Amino acid sequence: MKLIEAQGLRVSLGEHPVLQGVDFHVDPGEIVTIVGPNGSGKSTLLRTLIGAVKPQAGKVTRKPGLRLGYVPQKLQIDATLPLTVARFLSLPHRISRAEGRAALEEAGAGALEGRPMSGLSGGQFQRVLLARAILGKPEVLLLDEPTQGLDQPGSAAFYRQIEQIRARLGCAVVMVSHELHVVMSASDRVVCLNGHVCCQGHPETVAQAAEYRALFGTGTHGALALYRHEHTHTHDHAHERGHDHAHDHHHDHAGHGH
Amino acid sequence: MLDDFLVRAALAGLGLALAAAPLGCFVSWRRMANFGDATAHAAILGVALSLALSLPVFAGTLFVALVMAVLVGALSERGLGIDTVLGVLAHGALAIGLVAITFVPGARLDLSAYLFGDILAVTKSDLAVIWGGAALVLGLLIWRWQALLTATLSPDLAHASGIDPRLESRVLTVALALTVAVAIKVVGVLLIGAMLLIPAAAARPFARTPEAMALLAAGIGGISALAGLEGALIFDTPAGPSMVCAATLIFAVTASLGAMRARR
Repeated sequence: MKLIEAQGLRVSLGEHPVLQGVDFHVDPGEIVTIVGPNGSGKSTLLRTLIGAVKPQAGKVTRKPGLRLGYVPQKLQIDATLPLTVARFLSLPHRISRAEGRAALEEAGAGALEGRPMSGLSGGQFQRVLLARAILGKPEVLLLDEPTQGLDQPGSAAFYRQIEQIRARLGCAVVMVSHELHVVMSASDRVVCLNGHVCCQGHPETVAQAAEYRALFGTGTHGALALYRHEHTHTHDHAHERGHDHAHDHHHDHAGHGH
Repeated sequence: MLDDFLVRAALAGLGLALAAAPLGCFVSWRRMANFGDATAHAAILGVALSLALSLPVFAGTLFVALVMAVLVGALSERGLGIDTVLGVLAHGALAIGLVAITFVPGARLDLSAYLFGDILAVTKSDLAVIWGGAALVLGLLIWRWQALLTATLSPDLAHASGIDPRLESRVLTVALALTVAVAIKVVGVLLIGAMLLIPAAAARPFARTPEAMALLAAGIGGISALAGLEGALIFDTPAGPSMVCAATLIFAVTASLGAMRARR
């Protein structure tokens, strides 16, 4: 049984179409990583999966009663809202001191409990967000660019922690990232996104795929991640031709193979 | 005891402060100050309506405040340029209300009572309405507290936890309309926003958690109400504005203390 399944998602934010014909699923216990250039709809896909964005077409099916743990990319806390780390962890469900401490420990944010949220560094903030997400014993943990603002050893340590958390909770993990080389090795499955699903599969398979290389270059360890997607124009074709977006895209890509 | 008009005034001020201050914390955290003003100012239209139809003022203001709050809430969900739109609505509603009320015979004489409150004329039945409304607002806030806080922090986090942030916004909308309807007799439409925001702002420097801030704000609001009333008697000044003056003084003190502590 799939934990989350999305079919034929079309999402526009304002006038701007962000996702088209996206199919996506999460199986129990797997680590799925979504990669793609800036503006490719990664965060929007994640927000659609948790129900924060309503798709214009298609649907998201979650296992009934599914417990989600969500770590957003950013969290702006208004300066007039006083909030300690311990208090933040108790939202929305009240937890005991010991539970809070254990979660912070596991997320690698040991001694922060009494600190105000506004005084945390970027890395500490991310770890506190992670601690809060695992407190709900999630079946799916969703992380949006969790290692933003961390240096390389820092992100490597962060991914090891995610591995350990998965091992203990047995939860599935869905991550958004553009740190390709680290992410690829830590994932069971990689989904390459650029408004539509370009390609997906085992990390090694995806790394060899023409669509992926077109997006990220070859063998450069992600250094070319800012490469513009050469297939962007296929969106327009798909528009003109009508409805079966997902199919059209795959077809176009195959035709374009480099 | 309730036969003394001063006791009734003090109780009315306390009742309003206890409900308005914690709600004001949310108004501050969610940056809804303009939202509060628009809703409060629209209430003068409610007064005109009540007088024209011979309805209780509470009913008319509650109705209009609720309509305004829902309208403004729907607009804010659209985002973009909302600050300006809210400003237009706040001032527009006030002006339309002021014009409308002059068409009601006799109301023109009482205008300042609706603009600045008339706390010394609070009756026993007014008191029942004020405390009933305040209890409802507090009840709503306590009941939804955890969900409201989560939704205030981030609508996305709320969604992921199975909380619908739009529902929580509606809870606040209703609480705001109730508070406006209750407050009109005490401080009048022009200063309702002040009773929401100033105690919350004064409490901020000394609070480490949202709950502490709400409690402190309620305390500061209560003290401001009593001190303002006392000052109004001593200096023969209007009671509603005197209460807001007291709150502003407390804010000036706590803000300076907070700034001094931060520098050390």
